[in-house]
Amino acid sequence: MTRPDEKEIRTMRPGTARLVGETLTLVYDRRTVAENLTVAVPDRSFTVIIGPNACGKSTLLRALARLLRPTRGTVLLDGADIHRRPARQVARTLGLLPQSAVAPDGITVAELVDRGRYPHQGLLRQWSREDERVVVEAMAATGVATLADRPVDELSGGQRQRVWIAMALAQQTPLLLLDEPTTYLDIAHQVEVLDLCARLHEEQGRTLVAVLHDLHQAARYATHLVALRDGRVVAAGDPRRIVTAELVEEVFGLPCRVIEDPETGTPLVLPAARRRPAPTAG
Amino acid sequence: MLSSPFHQPESTLSVIASPRSAAPPTPQRRRGAPATGLAVGLLLLGTVAVLSIAVGAKPLPLADVWHGLTDPASPDYAVVHRMRLPRTLLGLVAGAALGVAGAAMQTLTRNPLADPGLLGINAGASAAVATATLALGVTALNQQVWYALLGAALVTVGVHAVAGGRHATPTRLALAGAALNAALYSYVSAIMLLDTTSLERLRFWTVGSLAGARTDTVPQLLPFVLAGLLLALLAARPLGALALGDDSARALGARPGLVRAAVVAAVTLLCGAATAACGPLVFVGLLAPHLVRALTGPDPRRLLPYCAVFAPVLLLTADIAGRVLGRPGELQVGLVTAVLGGPLFLHLVRRGQLARP
Repeated sequence: MTRPDEKEIRTMRPGTARLVGETLTLVYDRRTVAENLTVAVPDRSFTVIIGPNACGKSTLLRALARLLRPTRGTVLLDGADIHRRPARQVARTLGLLPQSAVAPDGITVAELVDRGRYPHQGLLRQWSREDERVVVEAMAATGVATLADRPVDELSGGQRQRVWIAMALAQQTPLLLLDEPTTYLDIAHQVEVLDLCARLHEEQGRTLVAVLHDLHQAARYATHLVALRDGRVVAAGDPRRIVTAELVEEVFGLPCRVIEDPETGTPLVLPAARRRPAPTAG
Repeated sequence: MLSSPFHQPESTLSVIASPRSAAPPTPQRRRGAPATGLAVGLLLLGTVAVLSIAVGAKPLPLADVWHGLTDPASPDYAVVHRMRLPRTLLGLVAGAALGVAGAAMQTLTRNPLADPGLLGINAGASAAVATATLALGVTALNQQVWYALLGAALVTVGVHAVAGGRHATPTRLALAGAALNAALYSYVSAIMLLDTTSLERLRFWTVGSLAGARTDTVPQLLPFVLAGLLLALLAARPLGALALGDDSARALGARPGLVRAAVVAAVTLLCGAATAACGPLVFVGLLAPHLVRALTGPDPRRLLPYCAVFAPVLLLTADIAGRVLGRPGELQVGLVTAVLGGPLFLHLVRRGQLARP
């Protein structure tokens, strides 16, 4: 199959993508997860990374977020090696909602969102009106303003995730990375969180990168989709163009049909009924 | 392409009214009233300090406390300056040290039971000093402090390693601490049995006490405690970021390794110094942060300074109670804090906080 978008990305000039992973070799827990992996995050895109378990999607996101140092290759943020730039400067440009975030016991919503101001504060500049304003706005944008004084541990999973996103918003970064933001949420809360992400992307012009499990949701929300398998990019581009039955089979080994989502017109993947004989692996 | 909207996402933020938050955002959020709480704390601290000078084998009326402090001709000048004032000052300094160390340790390990006393750090300092005293004949406090720091540092590293290093859970940390604590206490007891003449001298090495305070105790301790407090307060802000998890902390621009090292160094200085002078005091570092947190919330930037004020209130109150309850002798303050702290410890265990990851 043809993959024009992948070639497009490989030849992309740094000016069109602030965040680029170039020829990355990623090793996690002594296992080489990816070799010679190149990924660019188009500016103002809602980029979603998909792929089967252990394909390296979370590892890639960690590398892009500076949490994992590539064994080879470089992650470039605005054209400079992300590991050579001051941590605080990076933290003002690129935010992350990790899977492992923990809310301290008894912390209130407002207090947690406050902590997103960390890279904008210093020893002598502990708290300002500007911080206050940004925190209030971040809570408003995520719909948690009315919960401001509630302890985070009392909230529902969906509310809690919105609070964490508010914290990341308070960081005021043009780029925001989300590692499986919908995991452990029921379907209604998944949609709620993804709608919020889409709004942040569309209305605020932020560049979002998310790792998602659900192919259907990925195709629906992404403006740019990156399909990974065994640590390499199988296809990347507009989901309407790249999500085909062949691609899904190649990436997930899942025979399926792809139809148009009647709600959005985006590709909708229907797994083949298992009654049919399994096709030989390609 | 890289122009304004990226550099000022906040400007767009203000324009956007979220459909979900039709109600106007609360403009004035409670940012606590740090000044009021601290002022109340300092007032309490002053009161308890005066009481600590007044209460003793010979109770002093308040007027005599003042004379005893300021007037060398006063009949109480000697007892105030040689015994009660040093003891009170030691309570202030050791209380602040243990309270801040406990709060920092609890935040760092995300473990509500991480009291330096319960983790064996104070016992480690104690064992090191007992060894130095009996084997090497070290008796001067300013030398003992160094052994205390060494012992505290060894146990801090040791308890972390035994609990599984980076994979330490609160449960494993608490168990490893309890095991080390028990082993080190047995060790100190065994040392004392070997040398019965030192039994009296070393009695407070198994139960903490402020009774050993002399005029030169606090001056010798102060540099270590001040260094530890400064380090802990400097680390408070990044510690707040680290409390959200290592990944979140790094995403916010903090450096987890550096913060951990700073906090461990601060805890070692604070616990080593306090233990060198008072012996191992358990539960002060557990109780004070738990009581204070109800007032301040979990933000270390407020929690640590509050603990520096409220923990000495607690320690001095316990010390005064020990002197009153134990008449004609006195109960060591370590016993009193254990009686107060035990129930809280059980309450925390029952609330199931040990099970948190």
